[in-house]
Amino acid sequence: MILKNNIDSLSVTLKTIFNDTGNATLFMGRFFKEIFMPPFEIKEFKRQCFLIGYKSLPLVAITGFIMGLVLTLQTRPTLAGFGAESRLPGMVALSLIREIAPVITALICAGKIASGIGAELGSMKVTEQIDAMEVSAINPYKYLVVTRILATTLMVPLLVVFADTIGILGGYVGINIHSDVTLFRYFSQVLESLDFIDIIPPAIKTFFFGFFIGAIGSYKGYTAANGTESVGKAANTAVVAASLSIFIIDMIAVQLTDLFF
Amino acid sequence: MKNKESYTEIPLTSSTKPVISIKGLFKSFGKTNTVLKGINLTLKQGENLVMLGKSGSGKSIIIKCIVRLIESDEGEITVFNENITSANNSLLNAIRLRMGFLFQNSALYDSMSVRENLAFPLKRHNKNLTENDIETAIIQELESVGLSEAIDKMPSELSGGMRKRIGLARTLILKPEIILYDEPTTGLDTITSLEISELIVAIQKKNKTSSIIITHDMACAKLTGDRLVIIKDGIIYAEGTYEELENSKDEWVNSFFK
Ligand SMILES: Nc1ncnc2c1ncn2[C@@H]1O[C@H](COP(=O)(O)OP(=O)(O)OP(=O)(O)O)[C@@H](O)[C@H]1O
Ligand SMILES: [Mg+2]
Repeated sequence: MILKNNIDSLSVTLKTIFNDTGNATLFMGRFFKEIFMPPFEIKEFKRQCFLIGYKSLPLVAITGFIMGLVLTLQTRPTLAGFGAESRLPGMVALSLIREIAPVITALICAGKIASGIGAELGSMKVTEQIDAMEVSAINPYKYLVVTRILATTLMVPLLVVFADTIGILGGYVGINIHSDVTLFRYFSQVLESLDFIDIIPPAIKTFFFGFFIGAIGSYKGYTAANGTESVGKAANTAVVAASLSIFIIDMIAVQLTDLFF
Repeated sequence: MKNKESYTEIPLTSSTKPVISIKGLFKSFGKTNTVLKGINLTLKQGENLVMLGKSGSGKSIIIKCIVRLIESDEGEITVFNENITSANNSLLNAIRLRMGFLFQNSALYDSMSVRENLAFPLKRHNKNLTENDIETAIIQELESVGLSEAIDKMPSELSGGMRKRIGLARTLILKPEIILYDEPTTGLDTITSLEISELIVAIQKKNKTSSIIITHDMACAKLTGDRLVIIKDGIIYAEGTYEELENSKDEWVNSFFK
């Protein structure tokens, strides 16, 4: 009896997950159809780039700096143990660019941007603003969703590059706490240790991070149920689902990089 | 007076061909909650039709079906002789453009100023208007609702009554031939309610619009309605002029006019 109940509730949960994933996939599929059809909402797209990209710079700068600093301070003793302290700048830059900066920045964006989009579109849905666009023959998906997904897809990679740079600068500060290296020497050591394949695969995956942050935030907001509590729920589930998707993409990206590079 | 066939024709100055006609409209939510159980309704050219009914009786659902914000389960809705229920996207949008919809809670775009709220639909549907034309149209529409001073305000800075009127201006700016009002005076003081009701009549006269007005406000119903319908249990329960329904022998109908 208990077993049966458990199986029942499990099958209900699975059903909701599959349903939700299916609907989200259809929702994202619509993006690729509508992005090529005029009219193009250039002005709203620019506004979203500003809100999503520019407004996230301070947060990304602070976390990027701390990542670089902490990573340097924690790696130093290990490398010093092997007498390989001179490898420190290269090590830090590699870890930052390949893994830490993309994932941490994307997670921060999931927290800030996906939840923001989820809450904004959710409240527009609940207060019938999306319906108001629909009845005045304006395509709300195109105006609200396409612009946001496009903006996150382009802005998150730029934010990651920014975090890489600030993180490497943070590493420089970290090294100079214990020793004395000029900025020029530090950067030439960093650049020496970097290769084409260290940069391209992580750069590609950040576009996917950006796409899913925008798409999941939009999906959760756009499909919010009636009532104000669903706005909070949309923001909340957007962060959870977007964060989860970042780890899944990261895992796939690592496997693919292993295979092809 | 209980069904559609027995209502008396209202003499109207303009022609009386229907602009909206609804036949056998059904809508349910889930398996148990059947809200509409066969609505038959026509809106004639140039007419103001007032829709009464208790809260939750499905009035908003009816007008949302007319603009197809909600898909009906069964029934046929024609607007300007086009079948709304089977229209494709471009036809649907062409018909929607000739209709205006005033939402129960105004539905102003929170992230835009009053000016942008009005410019937003206008710019999208009239590509060859200059900035000057748009500004003139906005000012003219705001003046007609008596709120030209609010042009640079954000929706969050407006009171409920002001939001209603801005919502109305945003609806009017596209020069709709049919306007669907969802509770235009609810939550407003008596004086503002009266102003809005008078505005609705003025719009009908000036723009030759046909309208459906959902309201709980009997003063508004009396002032604006050429004809009234009352929804009960998912059907049109009674229909007639204000005077006819007020003097109805049906006690339930009468209770609306107390
Ligand atoms: N999205 C929905 N999901 C489920 N049920 C709904 C939904 N929208 C409306 N309903 C149901 O439909 C019924 C009618 O709703 P509607 O909004 O049309 O009422 P109304 O007559 O406009 O009431 P009011 O005068 O309070 O605005 C409600 O009782 C509600 O239970
Ligand atoms: Mg209603």
